[in-house]
Amino acid sequence: MVLDDVAIRRALVRIAHEVVERTETLPELYLVAIPNGGVPLARIIAAQVRAISGLEVPVGILDTTLYRDDLTARGVRPPLRRTEMPSAVDDRAVVLVDDVVSTGRTIRAAMDALMDFGRPRSVQVIGLVDRGHRELPIKIDFVGKNVPTQREERVVLRGLSGDLEGPLEVVILESDGGAA
Amino acid sequence: MTGRDLLGIEGLDRTDLERILETAERMQEVGRRDVKKVPTLRGRTLINLFFEASTRTRTSFEIAGKRLSADVVNFTPSSSSLTKAESILDTAMTLDAMDPDAVIVRHKVAGVPKRIADALAAPVINAGDGAHEHPTQALLDCFTVKQEKGRFDGLTVTIIGDITHSRVARSNLYAFTKLGAEVRLAAPPTMLPTGIESLGAKAYTSLREALEGADVVMVLRIQQERLDGQPRRRDRARSRRPPPERDPRPGAQRRRGADGRPVSVRGALGEARGMRASGARSARQASEGDRARVGVVEEVRGEERDG
Repeated sequence: MVLDDVAIRRALVRIAHEVVERTETLPELYLVAIPNGGVPLARIIAAQVRAISGLEVPVGILDTTLYRDDLTARGVRPPLRRTEMPSAVDDRAVVLVDDVVSTGRTIRAAMDALMDFGRPRSVQVIGLVDRGHRELPIKIDFVGKNVPTQREERVVLRGLSGDLEGPLEVVILESDGGAA
Repeated sequence: MTGRDLLGIEGLDRTDLERILETAERMQEVGRRDVKKVPTLRGRTLINLFFEASTRTRTSFEIAGKRLSADVVNFTPSSSSLTKAESILDTAMTLDAMDPDAVIVRHKVAGVPKRIADALAAPVINAGDGAHEHPTQALLDCFTVKQEKGRFDGLTVTIIGDITHSRVARSNLYAFTKLGAEVRLAAPPTMLPTGIESLGAKAYTSLREALEGADVVMVLRIQQERLDGQPRRRDRARSRRPPPERDPRPGAQRRRGADGRPVSVRGALGEARGMRASGARSARQASEGDRARVGVVEEVRGEERDG
C-alpha cells in the first residue's frame, strides 16, 4: 500500500490549494483528466477548488491512446477510451491530471492531443504519484507523493469497490499482477 | 482475430466485432474535432487496390486512413489487368514491393483478397470480393444499428433482396448472428441460396412474414452486374414471387402496408426504404462508414504489432 483513501484525499486537497494559489487567472483554469485514473482525481480536485474559491472548474477527459509512441513496445492493444472536452482549450490554463507518472510518455502524448484541440495559455501537470524512471524532459508541477520504485514494478490507482467511484488506493504490484 | 488480415466476418468472433465497433464509437469524437486527425499511423502507407469500381468504400477507406495520419495511395488497375489471375498477383506483388503497411482490396471475383493476402507480406483488408464477403460494410451496418438501437441481443434483423449474389448479405448474416441478433433473409426462391439456414439465418419467401416484428430492415439492390447470362431481374422477380393473397387470419389488417394495401414486394420495399429514410440513415451512414473503417484500419495496426 502506497496511499490509502484518506491519504489520497488529503493529497488532493493540498494540490487543490496549490493550484488555486499558483493559477494567476483562476477563471481560466481547466482540469483535463487522463483516463482512467485521472478522471476521479480531477473530479475530486474540481470539487475542492469550488469549495475553496467558489469557482466551477471545467473537467475534460482526454484519451492519449492514439497519440502514444510506445504501442509497439508494449505489445498489447489498449482499448480506446472516452474523450470529452466540454470547453475549448484556447487561452486556458490547462492542468493535466494523471494518477501515476513515470516515463513521461503519457504526458507527452496528452500534450500532443491537447494541442489538436487548440492553443492553451499554459499546461501544467498534476500527478498523484511520481514513481520516477523519466524518459522525457517532463516535470510534474503538483505531486501527491514521490514513490521510489523498481522499473519492473507496477504502481496502480484502483477502487476498493471495483470501480473508481468509491474509495481509492494506490498499490505497488509485481509485474505479474500480484500485490507486492 | 486470427491472423492480421481482415478477409471476412466469418473468421471473427464476437469479441473482435465488439472491439472494432467500440473503436469506431470512440473515433466519432475525433470526427467532431476541429482537427479531425490523430497521429496513430503517422509514416504508415495504405494502398487502396480496387479492381472493381467503388466510390463510397474507397473514399471511406481513404478518409479513415487520413484521419489516422497514414499516407493513402489509390491504385485502380486498368481493366486489361483484370483478366488473368496471374496479372492480379503481379500487380499486388509490385505494390507489395513498395512496402505498404496494409493493402485494401476489392475484386469482383470471390477469394481474390485471400489469394493476394497469401502472397503479400502486408496485411490485407477485404473491401468486397464477388458474392463472398464485404466485412467493412457489415461492420458499418452493425455500427449504424448499434447507434440506433444500442444493442444486438434480441434484435430481429431482416435482410431483403438478392441474397444469393450479395456479399453484404453474407457478411451481415455472420456479423449480426455473432453479435446475438436473429437474422431473417427474405427473397424470391431463386435469390435465396439453398442451405443458407445452416449459417444460422431464417429464410423467408414471404415478405410479410419476414417483416413481422422486425427491428431492423435492410434492403439490398439486385446485383445486376453478377447476373451474367441469367434471367433478367424483372423476369426473375415476377415469375418467382408468390401470388399475393389475403391473410384470412385475424389481425391481418395490421400487416398491411402503410398505404393500406396488402404488403407486396414493391410496397414492402417502399415501406422499408421509408423506415430507413425516416431515420435518415443512408446519409448519416456515409460518415459513420469512415468511423467503422477507422476501426478496421486501426485494428490492422494492432495485428501488425502483434506479429
